[in-house]
Amino acid sequence: MTLASVPVPALAEGRQGGEGLLEASPQPEAAARDFPVACEGGQRQAFCGLAGIVWLHRKLQDAFFLVVGSRTCAHMLQSAAGVMIFAAPRFATAILEERDLAGLADANAELDRVVTRLLERRPDIATLFLVGTCPSEVIKLDLHKAAERLNQAFQTQADANRPGSPNQPSQPIQSQGLSATAATHPTGRPRVLAYSGSGLETTFTQGEDTCLEALVPDLPALPAGESSLLVVGTLADVVEDQFCRLFAELGIGPVHFFPPRSARALPPVGPGTRLLLAQPFLGRTARSLEARGARLLTATFPIGIEGTRGWFDAAARAWGLAEERVAAVLAKPMERARGALARYQEQLRGKRVAFLPDSQLEAPIARFLQQECGMEILVAGVPYFDRRLMAGEIDLLSRPQAGNTDGSFAVVEGGDVDRQLDAVRTARPDLTVCGLGLANPLEAEGLTTKWSIELVFSPIQGFEQAADLAELFARPLTRRARLRF
Amino acid sequence: MELAVWTYEGPTHMGALRVATAMRGVHCLLHAPQGDSYADLLFTMIERRPGRPPVSYTSFQQRDLGRSTADLIKEAARAAYERFHPEVLMIGESCTAELLQDQAGALARGLGLPVPVLPLDLPSWSRKETWGAGETFHRLVRALLKPRAPAPGAPRPARASGQAPRANLLGPIALGFRCRDDVTAVSRLLAAIGVEVHIVAPLGARPANLLRLPEADFNVCLYPEIAESTCAWLERTFRQPWVKTVPIGIGATRDFLAEVGKLAASQDVVEAAARLMAKSGLSVPVGLGSSGDQPRPPQTHLPGMEVYAPRLPWYSQSVDATYLTGKRVFIFGDATHALAAARIVDQELGMRVVGLGTYLREQARPVREAAQAYGLEALITADYLEVEAAIAASHPELVLGTQMERHVAKRLGIPCAVISSPAHVQDFPARYAPQMGFEGADVIFDTWIGPLMMGLEEHLLTMFRGDFEFGEEPRADASAPATGGYAWETSGTGPTGMAAAAQSGALPESRTSTQSSADASFAPGSAVGPVPAGVAGQPPAAGTATPAVSTGSTSATAEGGDKTGQPVARSEVAGDTPAEPVWDPLAENELKKIPFFVRGKARRNTECFARERGIATITVETLYDAKAHFGR
Repeated sequence: MTLASVPVPALAEGRQGGEGLLEASPQPEAAARDFPVACEGGQRQAFCGLAGIVWLHRKLQDAFFLVVGSRTCAHMLQSAAGVMIFAAPRFATAILEERDLAGLADANAELDRVVTRLLERRPDIATLFLVGTCPSEVIKLDLHKAAERLNQAFQTQADANRPGSPNQPSQPIQSQGLSATAATHPTGRPRVLAYSGSGLETTFTQGEDTCLEALVPDLPALPAGESSLLVVGTLADVVEDQFCRLFAELGIGPVHFFPPRSARALPPVGPGTRLLLAQPFLGRTARSLEARGARLLTATFPIGIEGTRGWFDAAARAWGLAEERVAAVLAKPMERARGALARYQEQLRGKRVAFLPDSQLEAPIARFLQQECGMEILVAGVPYFDRRLMAGEIDLLSRPQAGNTDGSFAVVEGGDVDRQLDAVRTARPDLTVCGLGLANPLEAEGLTTKWSIELVFSPIQGFEQAADLAELFARPLTRRARLRF
Repeated sequence: MELAVWTYEGPTHMGALRVATAMRGVHCLLHAPQGDSYADLLFTMIERRPGRPPVSYTSFQQRDLGRSTADLIKEAARAAYERFHPEVLMIGESCTAELLQDQAGALARGLGLPVPVLPLDLPSWSRKETWGAGETFHRLVRALLKPRAPAPGAPRPARASGQAPRANLLGPIALGFRCRDDVTAVSRLLAAIGVEVHIVAPLGARPANLLRLPEADFNVCLYPEIAESTCAWLERTFRQPWVKTVPIGIGATRDFLAEVGKLAASQDVVEAAARLMAKSGLSVPVGLGSSGDQPRPPQTHLPGMEVYAPRLPWYSQSVDATYLTGKRVFIFGDATHALAAARIVDQELGMRVVGLGTYLREQARPVREAAQAYGLEALITADYLEVEAAIAASHPELVLGTQMERHVAKRLGIPCAVISSPAHVQDFPARYAPQMGFEGADVIFDTWIGPLMMGLEEHLLTMFRGDFEFGEEPRADASAPATGGYAWETSGTGPTGMAAAAQSGALPESRTSTQSSADASFAPGSAVGPVPAGVAGQPPAAGTATPAVSTGSTSATAEGGDKTGQPVARSEVAGDTPAEPVWDPLAENELKKIPFFVRGKARRNTECFARERGIATITVETLYDAKAHFGR
């Protein structure tokens, strides 16, 4: 019995996944619309969106993430962050106390106090994110309003401290509070933004979606008549640099990355912008950028050789480049990647793998493992499946593969963790991709696992990383073959 | 609102999960939003549990708040019962669920499931993890045993003749510091004096076992933070006395044996305890016919004896241990381990306690009393920055604390060892490594003393001061591992590599100038020291679990004075503050005459001395004034 033959309920209508309320989105192409995705309810074993802070704070090097929540939030973040918590990281939790729960007037004053103290200790912060949590949402603490209030206070004080301003005191400002902070801030005023990382609204990687969405209003406008390519989604710096070189060789540009490495250097967006998503979990961000006039390119995700080729193809088409040109530029890295990948294909070919839902990266990675490594995908469990953003992937899956009449595999959205484990125990895949709360228990039952969060933290996109991605799946198989007990 | 970068304790419900996970046959339903299930990985990764923690989560999301979360709770409770068939189903709420006031416990009770349903009252907004653990254990024991309570005033039934005295071991728990091995060590200790261990709880106990707690003659409160309230209740309700001494350290273990002897109400036990105590000291009679007057080093396996005689007393007495005498030790952690450590440091290692504290406010009183006895003011705080400042200010030569104090000590270049939760995966070692009993005392000696340089080496190296081979300046790679250290991987393909890779290219976070100028910037890219388990990082399976000591090898920044005392490079911060004293070239030269492995400390001390007195230029005189001031 394969996991794919587990009876699945009918497709749910108008499924919102973990996204909450949204405006109507543009309709996905017909193929994407018809692609079968089973939906299941039940206990979800997933991180909340706060976990995104762990990589976002490394990417945005001058931003600080202030979680407004409970001790649970603080504890989760330090459990997820591991060693990074000890490096004076640019994130912290303002832990709500009973006094704050008593009256929202108190909570807002407390928040202002905490922000002040924080900015006094960290004058290098240019952008402060107030991150909403389950508790802050349940008590309806409006962090967007708080952000506005703080921005206003900083703006007022910055104006007052401008040299030549009639309000300029003859002595340096000694007072405490927001005013002093703004006066001493090296870059003028820190910008305060708010977004939700709450588990009520966001599942794991969707925490990046809500964060980027919060930055969109501040993106400068791309001047009329100009065009640009905006790559959306966090990529490792080394991958970005590789992509930059290839875009330059292709003659596609200007290329910007969102998120940028500095929250002060936000990329422009406008009607001339073409969006190329590097990550699949960015539905809200894509829609916000489209509302600014940008156009979303339908593309695969840059995972694996073919996926990366398809990704560059989408940009090349938008730039009107000839196919021969693209083929010429990409030939060398593709050839190199094939050589590197060959090392692992023998080992992976024919092995059966099941994905439990985690990051939304499951479907493109499964596509790569099946099409380029010859693995058999029993099921790709996903926390949410955005048909529109996955249209390029669905297209790739629907193409007939050599020797394969059916290039696709079962995608199941959501799911009950206990039932999923039942299915895994029955099917006994060669490899089960799952979270760290499940990996050791499955290993103890003799089931080889691949811990899923490594796929989020490792550079896996692009030609140069395709073999690395394969190696992440080969290694647990290698280990199981090597150990002798 | 409390601004927290680091929290020593998790939320209250985490304590409940630790009790449920420690036991068998207990399942916990936690009414909680999606995301709270992160807690599972702490059990599977830090403790390497081969099974999932026995908890189900309602994992509600926004869309569930529209309709009734009550249905979710009922469904989840039924499903948990049907799948896991627990002997007891505990119902708890995380902080967010508590705000919803769904009355999860009452709802589950109303289902009429054929097993006891225990609602947990876990105030998430005023209490924390450790309290939650103690409270959950207490509630569970009480719920199971209250119906069997004897009438007040009814005497305890007498022990059956021929029945050996029996004791329950209470307090060992999941994610507790060395609980697994302490249970073994204490069981063996009790067996050596003729006391049977009846029930161990919560670790490994089923609810059915808890029903039999009152059968034992007395309880042993191994971890007061977890079991104190339960022991007190059992005493009130079943007239069961309890042993209050925690057997960590030689002296405490002897006190423990004496207390057990009293409570066991058995002359055999008293005599066996006395014999065992006699074997734990310096002078040990070796079999028959030897002179009992001659102090001789103890042998661990004396003929005819199956019990463990500790080496710590002899090792502390041995000649090279004089280098320990008077060394300054800063201690912080949970109260049980901090208090025990202070006594060992003071009375059994000849060192000096210069700082003592706990993050558990509930345990403030005993810690304050103990600190007073050492002439100190106790540090009662859950703010790690306060602890860090206190450590820096007290200039210790050894730091004993939680994983956070270990990281602080590494950053300050001070030898350290972990003695308490919260701890990371390397503090749950594969090998047997108790803290309790005579066996634990020897583990403690090795663990705490290992990081400090062995005395003989110190003498030898003094002879080589200024020698070209040992070098005046730190080596460029600073890669030689120090004694007993293990090089930690700084990169690699394991989970450790993940954290390192995620950190690579990051800007080092510089410290503020309020710190001592000698403190190194913690450069995340250099992955200093062992990488604690987190989702993002897992340390490699290192041979030595504790202490996770700075080997110096991974202090690739080579800015900090590491534990071998390599010269401290002047950090950029030092020059920024106008009040920072400047070294006269003659003084610098004089400093070079100090052995390189203590030069860093000497430099720090002198600068601190000068700064405090507003001395602008450090001269040779200043150097020696500082030396006289600090001593050693």
